[in-house]
Amino acid sequence: MKGDEERMKGKVIVRLKSEVSDPQGMTIQQTVAKLGFGGVRKVRAGKFFEIEFDAPDADAARQLLNNLCDRVLANPIIENYSFEIEENP
Amino acid sequence: MKAAVVVFPGSNCDEDCRWALQNVCGVSTRMVWFRDHVPDDVDLIVLPGGFSYGDYLRAGALARFAPAMESVKRAAERGRLVLGICNGFQILVEAHLLPGVLLRNTCLQFLCKDVWMKTVRRDTAFTRRLPEVVQMPIAHGMGNYFIDPDGLKSLQDNGQIVLQYCDREGRVTPEANPNGSLLNIAGIVNRAGNVLGMMPHPERASEDALGSHDGRFLFESVLESLIK
Repeated sequence: MKGDEERMKGKVIVRLKSEVSDPQGMTIQQTVAKLGFGGVRKVRAGKFFEIEFDAPDADAARQLLNNLCDRVLANPIIENYSFEIEENP
Repeated sequence: MKAAVVVFPGSNCDEDCRWALQNVCGVSTRMVWFRDHVPDDVDLIVLPGGFSYGDYLRAGALARFAPAMESVKRAAERGRLVLGICNGFQILVEAHLLPGVLLRNTCLQFLCKDVWMKTVRRDTAFTRRLPEVVQMPIAHGMGNYFIDPDGLKSLQDNGQIVLQYCDREGRVTPEANPNGSLLNIAGIVNRAGNVLGMMPHPERASEDALGSHDGRFLFESVLESLIK
């Protein structure tokens, strides 16, 4: 860890955009409905990442995660992302 | 003519591509490890099928950052021919060398079977010798081509849809669509026409012993276009 940097933990969720069909989620919904979870109307599958890193402050941490999501973790054609940051976890 | 096949960790059709190019079509072909750069004097770069980086994150999403891809991008910008087959197509869209994205097959199954395709355009370097209807195998879990409505219109307006899944008679029908691709898209080119991505495997259909030699026409198209 560099001099003035804080430990950060980012929790990132990547979701398919609502207009993109999600056959995985649909199959899970159909299966759990057959298991007796009849009240489950809809399932959308996504991805979750926990990322540990160092950054000078929360703004810099947000910028880093935005860049990381835009470049690597999410494909903007089909996915959205959101995250929360825990400082000094 | 010189060809190169880029080998990523997890590629598994690289040797098949070399066989089809070198042994079947007589093209001098070298294998380029993903950490190296593709030499400048190569006329055709093939990104082969397989499961680069284990398909982790999204198919092709991590291979896009492999060092070899910098030279692939440069070559594409210089107008050299780039062919992405199956996982190679997935890498090309993730690298933004082709538009759109490949989603999981709507049936959720990994599909391994022969399909028929209609050659929509025969004026590209890759398709000039392809018959109107060709048969090649597919082997993928994520071949469902998707793009937003504006992107689809742009593909159509610019004639970038080159191959469509069809039935034996060449009819492009929903029943002939194996994976849910928009407009039965099996292969597209970039606007300049020098980068082709396709899900079916021409290298696995390059000799009669493999059940079809239709894939050979694609490699021969490239040969012919480079000679002329």
